[in-house]
Amino acid sequence: MSKTGLIIQREYVTRVKKKSFIIMTILGPLLFAALMVAPALLAQMEEDELKYVAVIDDSYLFAPITSDDGKIDIRILKDTEFIKFDYMLNMSMDSAKNQLKDSKYYALLYIPHNVINMGTGRVQLFSYQQPNLGLKMHIANCLEKHIEDIKLAEKGKDLGITPESMQEILRVVNSNVNVITYKLGEDGVETQTSTEISMILGYISGFLIYMFVFMYGSMVMRGVIEEKTSRIVEVIVSSVKPYQLMMGKIIGVALVGLTQFLLWVVLTFGLVTVAQAVLIDTSKIAEMAQVPTDSTGRTLIDADKAVDEGAAQFSEVFNSIKAINFPLVIGMFLFYFMGGYLLYAAMFAAIGAAVDNETDTQQFMLPVTIPLVLGIIVMVSAINNPSGSLAYWFSIIPFTSPIVMMVRIPFEVPIQDVIISMALLVISFVFMVWMAAKIYRTGILMYGKKVNYKELWKWLRYKN
Amino acid sequence: MSFLTATQVVKRYSGHLALDSLDLAVPQNSIFGLLGPNGAGKTTFIRILNQITAPDSGSIYIDGEKLSAKHIHSIGYLPEERGLYKKMKVGEQALYLSRLKGLNRHDAFKQLKYWFEKFEITEWWDKKVEELSKGMQQKVQFIITILHKPRLLIFDEPFSGFDPINTNLLKQEILKLRFDGATILFSTHNMASVEEICDHIALINKSRKILDGNINDVRDTYASGIYEFTYLGYFQKLAATLATNYEIIETAENNGISSIKLRLTDSSMSQNDLIKHMLQFGNMKSFEMVKPSMNDIFIKAVQSSGPSNETKIN
Repeated sequence: MSKTGLIIQREYVTRVKKKSFIIMTILGPLLFAALMVAPALLAQMEEDELKYVAVIDDSYLFAPITSDDGKIDIRILKDTEFIKFDYMLNMSMDSAKNQLKDSKYYALLYIPHNVINMGTGRVQLFSYQQPNLGLKMHIANCLEKHIEDIKLAEKGKDLGITPESMQEILRVVNSNVNVITYKLGEDGVETQTSTEISMILGYISGFLIYMFVFMYGSMVMRGVIEEKTSRIVEVIVSSVKPYQLMMGKIIGVALVGLTQFLLWVVLTFGLVTVAQAVLIDTSKIAEMAQVPTDSTGRTLIDADKAVDEGAAQFSEVFNSIKAINFPLVIGMFLFYFMGGYLLYAAMFAAIGAAVDNETDTQQFMLPVTIPLVLGIIVMVSAINNPSGSLAYWFSIIPFTSPIVMMVRIPFEVPIQDVIISMALLVISFVFMVWMAAKIYRTGILMYGKKVNYKELWKWLRYKN
Repeated sequence: MSFLTATQVVKRYSGHLALDSLDLAVPQNSIFGLLGPNGAGKTTFIRILNQITAPDSGSIYIDGEKLSAKHIHSIGYLPEERGLYKKMKVGEQALYLSRLKGLNRHDAFKQLKYWFEKFEITEWWDKKVEELSKGMQQKVQFIITILHKPRLLIFDEPFSGFDPINTNLLKQEILKLRFDGATILFSTHNMASVEEICDHIALINKSRKILDGNINDVRDTYASGIYEFTYLGYFQKLAATLATNYEIIETAENNGISSIKLRLTDSSMSQNDLIKHMLQFGNMKSFEMVKPSMNDIFIKAVQSSGPSNETKIN
């Protein structure tokens, strides 16, 4: 085996055998699966205890409608599984507030007498605890619906339309528009796509590249510093050229990263499939897709239509995922991961060689961190505008292109953009490796000197 | 026949001259001591030999051939600042470093097993380096240095950190290596070891060579004519009698043996004349020309060296 090959092998094997690698490999997919599954899980167990809300209503619009025998017929402020409203009669706000603490009530709701005319209204919710969003939204919904109904009824009276006819008009008029996107292929085939899926995919791949480049680049740097502090570098460079040691390390760590990525993909896929089958009760999901209703309890859209909508959305998602050109995306991901990693790993190696210990690396980390963070920032806006000039330029510039170009890929990038970007990235990392090698070969044997940028520049100009 | 020849080697580091036209010849199959104060240029020279850096001008020949990449496999180097990967296992690491020197896996393994048994450290094969004591780590490093049977061995301060037993072990091994045909260059401040095992020495100061030659010749040159005689019995006023002709340095008597150390100040008197003269004074037990220690020679040579001082002894 060639000497560089020996070095690559050692760098790879020592890192893959480490406990931390194995833990990360297992932890990663677990975290990711948890992230995907948790929202669904959490939604299922959102509330766990009954909350009583006392209502003082100066407008008298929201009182429950009772039938002649005093039984409550219709509740305007609707109770849910976890929220129960108690309509208070003849109680002042001050005395209610005083009694709130020792009562069974979680919160006190105040509705002012002119709530209809006040726009956003001054409806107030008092509590000794922080009322949760669900409660707030539920109250707001109920109030809005009822106020709308009242206004509709009044308008109808003016125009001579009965309330029932009003509701009928609303029901018929309610529309739910869902734009389905199709990509026209060269061969005339139409494939269904989804903007949302592409966005998610772009975001995930861009972020993964950022994370991996940082993680594995730092690994290279730490390895170089370790060799310097333990002085084993003196022994090794009497056997191999510094350049071989540097490249062997960079490539070895790259292989570790690829291995980890591969394992992650396999494990995540497995975990998510298992989790979905076991944990999520699909019937509850249907319940979550709240079908909008009016204050009288009638649905504003056809129940049938609701089911159709749900099914249509699901199949759209499914089809769009099928439509994603996975070989292309994965191929591009691998290229940009390798390209970005090589570019940054060279920088990390040079930094490691220039310092004597990890704390001294601070001053040199700026040129490394800034472009990466910039890439993330641009990525967020590029997701919304993948063909804009911001996205274009940052997907071409080598330091940010690995992140930003990955965001554009799911959106059909013009082939010339990709070619220019790839070519620039290759040229850049070749150049960076060359520069890093010069700094590396001088730095690894130099101790005790406080290195700054001026010093590095001198090293760059040393002849071999 | 010299195994290693350095001719007019110059090396400059951004304004600082590390080696100033150094000429050096290391005889084949010798143990050559490379001495000098800190910062003299020894480490720079050694790095050039190991092709870690290159000279600005001058040439290096090994066994008649110009120094090139292939010589890496015939040189073994134990640096002064030496280390190992702490978290890597001993055996695995020794194999790795040996293979980097050019040995194939099979031969390296065989050789390592042999040496580990010889140094009685076989049980440490699967331990991590950080679990070993410093002395053991040094043994491992020594083994790795010599494993590929290099023809030229370079040791930079090999004895630093070794306890007396291991220092002795190391000395024995170095002598054995010489016996097996290797040429050995070692750089050290440990003058006692230089006296014990070196055949030749060179002394470098401020990037120039100031002393060079066979160790006995060097010591003879620096011998300042001091002799020590011992006699049976006690002689009154011996010192007083001799004081007229010689410079008396020391007298002593112990268990019926008197000894006297004197300096021969008369340069016209030969060693034989001196002995003849001294024989008259009684029952001579022993006579010795006191050679200066390498320590003293080092100090003297360095102190008296100026920028253009070079003493060549052949």
